[in-house]
Amino acid sequence: MLSDAERAEIEEELSHYPDKRAACVEALKVVQRHRGWVSDESLKGVAALLGMTCDELDGVATFYNLIFRKPVGRHVIFLCDSISCWTCGCDAMRKGLQTRLGISMGETTLDGRFTLLPIVCLGACDRAPTMMVDDDLHGNLTTQKIDRALEQYP
Amino acid sequence: MERPLTRNIKPNADPVWLAEYEKAGGYESVRKALQTMAPQDIQKLVTDSTLRGRGGAGFPTGKKWSFVPMGPDAPRPKYLVVNADEMEPGTFKDRLLLEGDPHQMIESMIVSAYAIQADVGYIFLRMEYGIAAARLRKAIGEARAKGYLGRNLLGSDFSFDIYLHTSAGRYICGEETALLNALEGKRAIPRAKPPFPQVVGLWGKPTIVQNVETLCNVPHIITQGVEWYRRLSRGKDGGTKIYGVSGNVKRPGAWELPMGTSIREILEEHAGGMRDGFAFRGLLPGGASTAMLVEEHLDLPMDFESIPQGGSRMGTGTMILLDDQTCPVGFAQNLEHFFAQESCGWCTPCWEGLSWTERILQSLEDGQGRMEDIDVLAMHTKLLGPGRTFCALAPGAMDPLQSFLKYCRADFERHIHERRCPWGNGRDGADGARIWPVSSSMIVPTR
Ligand SMILES: Cc1cc2nc3c(=O)[nH]c(=O)nc-3n(C[C@H](O)[C@H](O)[C@H](O)COP(=O)(O)O)c2cc1C
Ligand code: SF4
Ligand code: FES
Repeated sequence: MLSDAERAEIEEELSHYPDKRAACVEALKVVQRHRGWVSDESLKGVAALLGMTCDELDGVATFYNLIFRKPVGRHVIFLCDSISCWTCGCDAMRKGLQTRLGISMGETTLDGRFTLLPIVCLGACDRAPTMMVDDDLHGNLTTQKIDRALEQYP
Repeated sequence: MERPLTRNIKPNADPVWLAEYEKAGGYESVRKALQTMAPQDIQKLVTDSTLRGRGGAGFPTGKKWSFVPMGPDAPRPKYLVVNADEMEPGTFKDRLLLEGDPHQMIESMIVSAYAIQADVGYIFLRMEYGIAAARLRKAIGEARAKGYLGRNLLGSDFSFDIYLHTSAGRYICGEETALLNALEGKRAIPRAKPPFPQVVGLWGKPTIVQNVETLCNVPHIITQGVEWYRRLSRGKDGGTKIYGVSGNVKRPGAWELPMGTSIREILEEHAGGMRDGFAFRGLLPGGASTAMLVEEHLDLPMDFESIPQGGSRMGTGTMILLDDQTCPVGFAQNLEHFFAQESCGWCTPCWEGLSWTERILQSLEDGQGRMEDIDVLAMHTKLLGPGRTFCALAPGAMDPLQSFLKYCRADFERHIHERRCPWGNGRDGADGARIWPVSSSMIVPTR
């Protein structure tokens, strides 16, 4: 179920809290870092380790938009759709991305390379419009800049 | 002009690490506090400094601390939690402090924890702030190795340690009681108050939740004193403030300035005024949940006392501009889309009311609005107002909406009369996909 590496990382997190379940979000993220998403199978493994029922853990997992309970592409593009980015043209960026990738928001490209998702304000409104690809922030976007940025993600 | 909070921060440079930070006077407040001051002395200093919370509500910090049970009979452990969730749209000031000077965050936590005799500190950080996470981890490691964290700090009988908790999205996690549930590994819905977290907080123990910027003031108050601190400000509330401006201005950004700097000065001198081809129409002074101000308010000082004179709140102090090229109805629709999506769903007026509000605004944008819709929107600003919902998210969503109905009513009516968005927004102007899938559960599996 869980690999030794995943188990070790989760145990490290457990040491930060007086109660095991407090580490559950971090634990789900450990799994997600290793596997890209959290399957029912992995969820079961985490729940057992933390002494939670699967339903309890899934209730937490599904609360968060950044825990993926379905498979995503190798890279996830998060396009900010909040107010500062909207006034600075994020709608045009979305159209550019959708055309280039041939998918709509929420979808994954056929080759499994990219999943495209909206996200709320990335706290970088001075660089609007913005997007995050995996862990990297890209700001002051133009469609040309997006094209160049995506090349970094094979 | 003194800027204590950002003095070590250089644009696009690595933060200063421990040796350099100490050389610049870092961790001095820890020495001074632990070796020469009692916890109550620090509480008094913070009260006298007039420091008020920078996370949005502006509650006096010293007063908040005074509710924490002290003395040998106080319940243990006590907790200090830093609210580094920063998800209010238009807000990007805490990122600057966390990425720019992580040791300042650690130092601030140690002295604040000492003042309330907290045993453990958590930094509740939003997941997207990966750079901040890496830098904080490194700073915590350095501080621990040097004996600033752990058992018996600097040989005193005070022990304190800090852990970084990285979250996984959702705006409601920033609401302080929802944040406590999130930290405990539960669904992040707010808790009933009272009891207040200062008395019954994390795992039922006394807990202080404080914004990043608020805490970063504390070491400077300790080392430089109350007189100095109050003189930094141009108004009644002491200190400096990190102000920000985003939208179609020439130089969007964030600057540490004296508390009480006027909106006009921030907008014109620091943000460089509007971009060519864009005219000013209004601004939200402190994030998405603050009511719009217009031309006549530009000379108001940006502080907790003055902004309410214009019918708004200072909030986080980071302004969002509305310009003449942007549809005010679309602007309001974008805000309400955010709030409807981020409602935690716990209480009915909020999740029902906000999604209805959003749908009405969308239909106005699509040219399908009717005059009665404006009344329905106005009614919602009352029905979801303060005291009618479980937490402040819904009233925060209504503040900007009522201001748009007040200052941009003619624009709402134009949408109805012309049966379209004069700015070309809405389904026809865009591509029929304004209502985006919102949560991971809506991800379409790989085909
Ligand atoms: C929906 C909602 C979201 C909030 N998000 C944040 C946030 O991200 N950061 C923050 O410091 N305060 C946030 N707050 C305010 C906190 O509840 C709390 O007042 C604040 O952290 C107290 O710290 P302060 O007194 O230092 O400002 C939010 C409040 C609400 C109602
Ligand atoms: S007001 Fe909204 S966000 Fe707050 S508790 Fe109610 S449903 Fe949740
Ligand atoms: S609104 Fe897009 S980063 Fe803040």
